[in-house]
Amino acid sequence: MNLTILVILLIGLVASAVVCVALSDLLKAAIALAITSAILSIIMFLMGAPLAAVFELSVCAGMITVVFISACSMSRIYTRKEHEQRQKARNRRFLLLPALLVALAVVVFLVLSPHITGVSPIPSGGSGSGVQAALWGSRQVDLIGQIILILTGVYGVIVFFKEKEADGK
Amino acid sequence: MSLLFALFLIGVILLFAIGIYSLLVTTNLIRVLVSIEVLTKGVTLMLIAVGYATGQMAQAEAYVITIIVIEVILLAIATGIVLGLYRESGDILTHDIPTPKE
Repeated sequence: MNLTILVILLIGLVASAVVCVALSDLLKAAIALAITSAILSIIMFLMGAPLAAVFELSVCAGMITVVFISACSMSRIYTRKEHEQRQKARNRRFLLLPALLVALAVVVFLVLSPHITGVSPIPSGGSGSGVQAALWGSRQVDLIGQIILILTGVYGVIVFFKEKEADGK
Repeated sequence: MSLLFALFLIGVILLFAIGIYSLLVTTNLIRVLVSIEVLTKGVTLMLIAVGYATGQMAQAEAYVITIIVIEVILLAIATGIVLGLYRESGDILTHDIPTPKE
C-alpha cells in the first residue's frame, strides 16, 4: 500500500472539513460532513481498524447526516437573495481559513521534522478478534456506559418529538 | 516518530483548527453542532494515529466505537434542543438564546 494514497486521503479529509464549515447552505454542509466521515472511514480501514470504519460510515456518514438534514428541513428556509447574501458574508469570514491552515501545517511540519525517524509500514489486515477481546474483555464498563447513553438518547428524542406533536396540536 | 504519525498529527491539528475557527465565527446553532462534529473527527483520527503508533489498534478501535456512540447521542440531544429553541424564538442564532435571568 502506498503512503501517497493516505496523504491524498488526509488532504481530502481536511479539504472536505473546510468546505463543510465554509458553505452557507446547511444541506450542502451536511453532505460535506458525510463526505468527511466517509473519507475518515476509508483511512480507518486502511490503518487496520475495519470495525470502527464500519461504525463511522454507517453512523456518522449515514445517521448523523439524516439528523442534520431533518433539522434543516424543520428550520427556516431562506430565499435565493438571502441565501446569496449569507454566502457572501460567510465567504468573507472564511477567507483567511485556507491560508491559516497552510501556514499551520507548514509550522507543525517544521516543528515535527527533527523528530521524524523514518517511514513506518502501513498495517495490513484487520484486528477483528482483537477488538472483540478489547471490548468484551477489558472495556465492559464502556459498554455499560454506551447502553446507558443510547437509552438516554432514545428518551431524549422521544421527549423532543412528543413536544413537537403537542405544539402541532 | 514515524512520518505517517507526523502526517496524522498535522491532519488532527488542522481539523481542530477548522473546528475551533468555525466555532468562533459562526452564530448559527446547527453550524455549532457541525463544528463540534469536525472537532470529533479530529479526536477520532488522533485515536487511530495513537493506536497505530503504539501498536494497540484494537484498544484504539474500542475507544473509537465508544466516541462514535457518544457523538451520536450528543448530536441527537443537541439537535432536539436547537429545534426546541427554534420553536420558542423563531431563529437558531447563538445571540438569540435567552439567558436564565430572562
